Amino acid sequence: MDEQDSQRHMSVTQWDMQSPASSWRAFLALVRRDLRLATAQGAGGLQVVVFFAVVVTLIPFGLGPDLPLLQAIAPGLLWVALILASLLTFDRLFQADFEDGSLDGLVCGPLSLEGIVLAKACAHWLTNAAPLIAATPVLALLLNMDMGVLGFLILTFLVGTPGLTLIGALGAGLSVGVRRAGILIALLVMPLYVPVLIFAIGAIEQARRTLDAGGGLDLLEPNALFLTAASLVAGLVGVIAAAAGLRLHISG
Amino acid sequence: MTGQGDFELVGQGLACARGGRLVLDGVSFAARAGAPLVITGPNGVGKSTLLRVIAGFLDLAGGRLLFKAPSVQEEAPPAAKHIHYVGHLDGVKSALCVRDHLIFWARYMGAEPCSVDAALDAFGLTRLAALPGAVLSAGQKRRVALARLLLQERPLWLLDEPAVSLDKAARAILRRVITNHCANGGVVLVTSHESLEIPNAVDLTLSPPPQRPAT
Repeated sequence: MDEQDSQRHMSVTQWDMQSPASSWRAFLALVRRDLRLATAQGAGGLQVVVFFAVVVTLIPFGLGPDLPLLQAIAPGLLWVALILASLLTFDRLFQADFEDGSLDGLVCGPLSLEGIVLAKACAHWLTNAAPLIAATPVLALLLNMDMGVLGFLILTFLVGTPGLTLIGALGAGLSVGVRRAGILIALLVMPLYVPVLIFAIGAIEQARRTLDAGGGLDLLEPNALFLTAASLVAGLVGVIAAAAGLRLHISG
Repeated sequence: MTGQGDFELVGQGLACARGGRLVLDGVSFAARAGAPLVITGPNGVGKSTLLRVIAGFLDLAGGRLLFKAPSVQEEAPPAAKHIHYVGHLDGVKSALCVRDHLIFWARYMGAEPCSVDAALDAFGLTRLAALPGAVLSAGQKRRVALARLLLQERPLWLLDEPAVSLDKAARAILRRVITNHCANGGVVLVTSHESLEIPNAVDLTLSPPPQRPAT
């Protein structure tokens, strides 16, 4: 009898086992699945990169071949083009899993909804934001951009885009039950992008001034720190709000 | 799964409101290990809602839900880790092949990788393992969705119309899988419009609640 009882206890602790390791494995499994789905379902990431490139190449046609002018506006231009391109990518972030019932199964797993949002946002960053950042040096050449400034621009992309992705997840999570949510997400999300954009451009301008003056880059200058903070806050708010939005729709 | 014998799910006066209207009102049941609870009733009476309430997706507007597990003193609502929920949507990705689909769920739930082959075999999916979800028929997708049940032992199964679009052979498999789970002490709640002919099944027939506004 005692032996049977201890057996029972073991079988129950097996279900009660929810170690950080199992959450981490579930997180990685979800990221891997989303990466596979993204690569299997055609060139979604590539299309976004092409859109990004087209927006950037259209600008010289609109402004004329004024190289100093292009050089001056290049960082802001690339940032705005990156934001526009990334806005196109969020409408399917949770929609597919929500519509086909996968989300119900995911919720019964070891990850919280916040963890699910974070995992899907990671995969989304790798398949959408990372290709955009990789394409930036080529486009910077078209805009006659200074190499030192380009390096710093890419640094601001790397710091800022995780925040942008999670803010986009917020828009996607809140509008997951809505058909053709693309424009709604853009309207929800764009105002929240403003702090990241302002501090990123501020940091790049500061870097350009110090580079022009012959100084070295200061990564701890206030604009860069504010950009990091804005990205972190955006990310935190994005995860919590996206999970809340999904919870609302699952119970709807 | 020895020693699961004491699992029991009890609902007392459950109520749930959707869209300002009470869909469930005063639903009581006791689902014991070994006796699957078959929930029947006309369309829109709240069968799916009841399962989603138990799964924790929907909030209770009233009543109590208690899950008794062996060697656990306190009675609490069932936790996500106790539950296999298979809704009326299959969740089969068109770009993933059947095996990869199950491998993902096994990894995600922290199950043993070898459970995938056993689950494929049990639902007669071994021959289809390399096919992408896009080319599967409705019944085959259903079987893929149900195969998830066998990846990891979880005491409480919530199945929403599991037999829809299954052929005779697949229904027999489903019946066997449910019977096995019950024999091992698991609790099964299943909604169905047609008789699944599960041995020892207990019927719970829902009827529309009297119309009164939700509080």
